[in-house]
Amino acid sequence: MLAALIIVFREVLEAGLIIGVVLAASRGVEGRGRAVTLGVLAGLAGSVLVALFAAEISQAFAGRGQEIFNAAVLFLAVIMLTWHVVWMANHAREMTARLKQLGHAVAAGQESVLVLGIAVGAAVMREGSEVVLFLTGILMQGASNAAALAIGSAGGLLLGAAVSAVVYTGLMVVPLRRVFTVTGVLVTLLAAGLAAEAVRQLSNAGLINVLDGTLWDTSWLLGEDTWPGRVLHVLIGYMDRPNGIEVLAYVLTIATIFLLAQRVRQRPVGEKAKLHSVTRSARPSGVTDRDAA
Amino acid sequence: MRPSSSARPGTPNGLILSAAALTALALGFMAPLPPAGAAEEAEVTISLKDHKFDPAEIKVPAARAIKLTVNNLDATPEEFESHPLGVEKVIAGKGTAIIRLKPLAKGSYAFVGEYHEETAKGTIIAE
Repeated sequence: MLAALIIVFREVLEAGLIIGVVLAASRGVEGRGRAVTLGVLAGLAGSVLVALFAAEISQAFAGRGQEIFNAAVLFLAVIMLTWHVVWMANHAREMTARLKQLGHAVAAGQESVLVLGIAVGAAVMREGSEVVLFLTGILMQGASNAAALAIGSAGGLLLGAAVSAVVYTGLMVVPLRRVFTVTGVLVTLLAAGLAAEAVRQLSNAGLINVLDGTLWDTSWLLGEDTWPGRVLHVLIGYMDRPNGIEVLAYVLTIATIFLLAQRVRQRPVGEKAKLHSVTRSARPSGVTDRDAA
Repeated sequence: MRPSSSARPGTPNGLILSAAALTALALGFMAPLPPAGAAEEAEVTISLKDHKFDPAEIKVPAARAIKLTVNNLDATPEEFESHPLGVEKVIAGKGTAIIRLKPLAKGSYAFVGEYHEETAKGTIIAE
């Protein structure tokens, strides 16, 4: 039972952490609960499909299918998270002001929530398929301890949900005027870690054959297979034995997000006004546009 | 998909830059297939039966790329996992997985079947 709990928890930990961060990053945006729920459901449906076709995916591209598929899902999540940070760089001030003023969820920022939903779906699908396969195995074995294994697995899932709650609650403590800065940094590091993981998959498949030597080994200090190591691996992309290309992907992702966010922030006022006129339609009709422009 | 709606006036530069940078990230460093050194790839095949690897100890040449084929003879799926090798790969029930390893330094590298860690364990010895 405990073994099943640990295996399932290990797999859902990543999705749990990502969901917690994403919920905090979309604080105060109307419809985020729905977007994240839909993301989780779509991810679960995807997990079952991926598990069903595990053999076919694996055989594709001369046995490289699984790595290519994983990398694609990871890059999708990276792009969505990037989108979110850049969008927030442009709208955080306005969002914070409105949240303070209204004290409840605002209708702006729905597209930012949508990309987060997709990122959640990708995260759930990636690890979820492994949980589905594990559970399928349990069912097929029809072992006498199947019930215990099922209980253990359910416990693992619940623990994953608890991780989401802990991360989210922890981030709720951050004062409102700081929250989008903090979550922006968190989402950026999350994205960088996922990009490095995607590159690792391609490197493992033999599709990237440059800079693939191990740069350093800190597994003696903090192993990626320990619980703190796992958590840090997801949250900030910690790697105990990274190769050059993984570090490069990590740094490039951070640099890309940072530069894009800078660019958006520095955009002249005239262009910003245009943006606001687009979001206006999403607001309650009583709210004037004067403050935003 | 909705995200493309951000391509409205006012954001195209950021959009193009973002897309370009991330595409470069995804593709820029991909070497053409087949990978360099594939000719000297050493091939090893093992099987998994009753949640045990056979053989459980694999001797491979050091400093050569390895193509490790794992045949899962069990009906249940398994996940081949090796932390020291940085590999995690799902193997379907009655399925086969190909695991490609970069040239290894001399030494031994442990691996397990994550779903049955008690019994499914093995070592790759590079020498």
